[in-house]
Amino acid sequence: MNDTTIKDPPLSARLRHRAGVVVDSLQRNPTMLFGLSVLLVMAFMSFIAPFLGLPSPMEQAPRNRLQPPSGEAFFGTDMYGRDLFSRVLHGGQVSMVVGLSVATLATAFGLAIGLVTGFMRRVDAILMRFMDALMSIPSILLAIALVSLWGSSVQNVILALTIPEIPRVVRLVRSVVLMLRDQLYVQAAIAAGTSTPRILIRHILPNTIPPLIVQATYICAQAVIFEAYLSFVGAGTPPEIPSWGNIMAEGRMFFFQTPSIILYPGAFLAITVFAINTFGDGLRDSLDPRMQRSV
Amino acid sequence: MIAYIIRRLLATIPIMALVAVFVFMLLHLSPTDPALIIAGDFATPEQVDEIRRQLGLTAPLYQQFLHWAGNLLQGDLGKSIYSGLPVTTLIGQRVEPTLMLTLCTMFIAITLAIPLGVIAAWKVGTWIDRTVMTLAVFGFSVPVFVIGYLLILGGSRKLGWFPVQGYTSILDDFGGFVSHITLPALALGAVYMALIARMTRATMLEVLNEDYVRTAYAKGLATRKVLVKHALKNAMVPISTTIGLGVALLIGGVVVTETVFAIPGLGRLTVDAVLRTDYPVIQGVILVFSLTYVLLNLLVDLSYVLFDPRIRY
Repeated sequence: MNDTTIKDPPLSARLRHRAGVVVDSLQRNPTMLFGLSVLLVMAFMSFIAPFLGLPSPMEQAPRNRLQPPSGEAFFGTDMYGRDLFSRVLHGGQVSMVVGLSVATLATAFGLAIGLVTGFMRRVDAILMRFMDALMSIPSILLAIALVSLWGSSVQNVILALTIPEIPRVVRLVRSVVLMLRDQLYVQAAIAAGTSTPRILIRHILPNTIPPLIVQATYICAQAVIFEAYLSFVGAGTPPEIPSWGNIMAEGRMFFFQTPSIILYPGAFLAITVFAINTFGDGLRDSLDPRMQRSV
Repeated sequence: MIAYIIRRLLATIPIMALVAVFVFMLLHLSPTDPALIIAGDFATPEQVDEIRRQLGLTAPLYQQFLHWAGNLLQGDLGKSIYSGLPVTTLIGQRVEPTLMLTLCTMFIAITLAIPLGVIAAWKVGTWIDRTVMTLAVFGFSVPVFVIGYLLILGGSRKLGWFPVQGYTSILDDFGGFVSHITLPALALGAVYMALIARMTRATMLEVLNEDYVRTAYAKGLATRKVLVKHALKNAMVPISTTIGLGVALLIGGVVVTETVFAIPGLGRLTVDAVLRTDYPVIQGVILVFSLTYVLLNLLVDLSYVLFDPRIRY
């Protein structure tokens, strides 16, 4: 009998194929392209900010307090005379890091727990009650409580925003797993004696990826907003770090004199979240045609 | 039906018990010693020990939990570290503004968002649909406090139609209440409206493809009747689920909105407690909000009967 083992195509070919799919869907989906470009521009601006020769975001100049926008300071200055343009650009870094980390961590943990609970009945009952309880605490409140008790630092903000998101990811993954578990090819794999970890990784995991990526973009968008909420109520990023939430929180007292302290970081925040959401909507439409034109 | 309600109410008990365990563990799993947090940066070691003894933090963890949970069952949420007042009293004083703000927001959001979603689904693919959907994405993207400040800037400062901040009780002065609550309710409602409008549109699109909708049109029913009586009523179950789950967003938003508009509600209480690490208050607020959230969603489940007579409990 000749060798009939089915070989996967080489990795390079698979990657080229994947890349082709991405480029294709970007071309077919201008909204997604738009969202992605805006997002990349915002990320680029915030990470290149330290090299632009702008005034330091921390440098105080009490003489130039609360200046309106001008040629020297594009966005004006805050109550300590710090350059608002520089602060807003730098402030994006925290939002980008928090958004990306929360999305990655929440999907990773949620995926691991969801795969196991979906496939193992006994664990499922207990873990899901746990998740239900976690989900019945409104996520912002939980995050506020966590940061205020753990102390404010960027890591704690990331953790506090990740924990409430995990049960939602678990639910999503679990629903996909439950649906697939009864599919013929999975039953066949079980019958053929494939080990559970291999079934999970080889046959089930790939199917959870498309909805997970979409979910991750929404988690990312929400985390960016929630980071600002946390900083705004004083339970977020440490006040000495310029983040959009912190800049707005400090500007609260001076809003009527100098609305720009709140409006510029607010606009940057809104544009970033808008870009992430648009990108996510586009991704959903191209990854999951069945859901197209719905929610 | 009554048996079902009782069964569902009983089912919330283990959930709430787990929530209570989480809320208790919040403090005790924190990497820093709670006594140190409470004592502040300038306390001597003796003062910290004293606080630790007062709070019963020296007892084994399970005993502390049993003690705390026992008090909880008797409706005792402990005393505020800052003011020494019982947490239940503090919460009681602050409930009204938050409750009214949330109810007004829900009212405005639901009455605006559902029609918008229905129209968007009806006119799917047209500029009306695209406008509504773009607005919805904006609603998701602009943070509550930015909307709040923009409304203050426009509505109070430029136009002078609304007072800038503050709150008047509905019992004292109805006109004052309405003018104080409008802007915060609009600000808080933006995300919620976006959520409901998107869900309404999505479910309506599904329902509008059904045979009975075509039949309704074919037998010559007016468009409005088809949309409302045939389509919307069938779409209401997922929509009301979203309305219930979305309250979590409102609760989060309340904390920020009350800060922006200086409303003395539970949100302000939370923020003040956070600034003072007044953890019994934080725990109490979380418990109250979670319980409300769970019960509200139970109510939503029960409301399905109103929209779909096939559902029986």
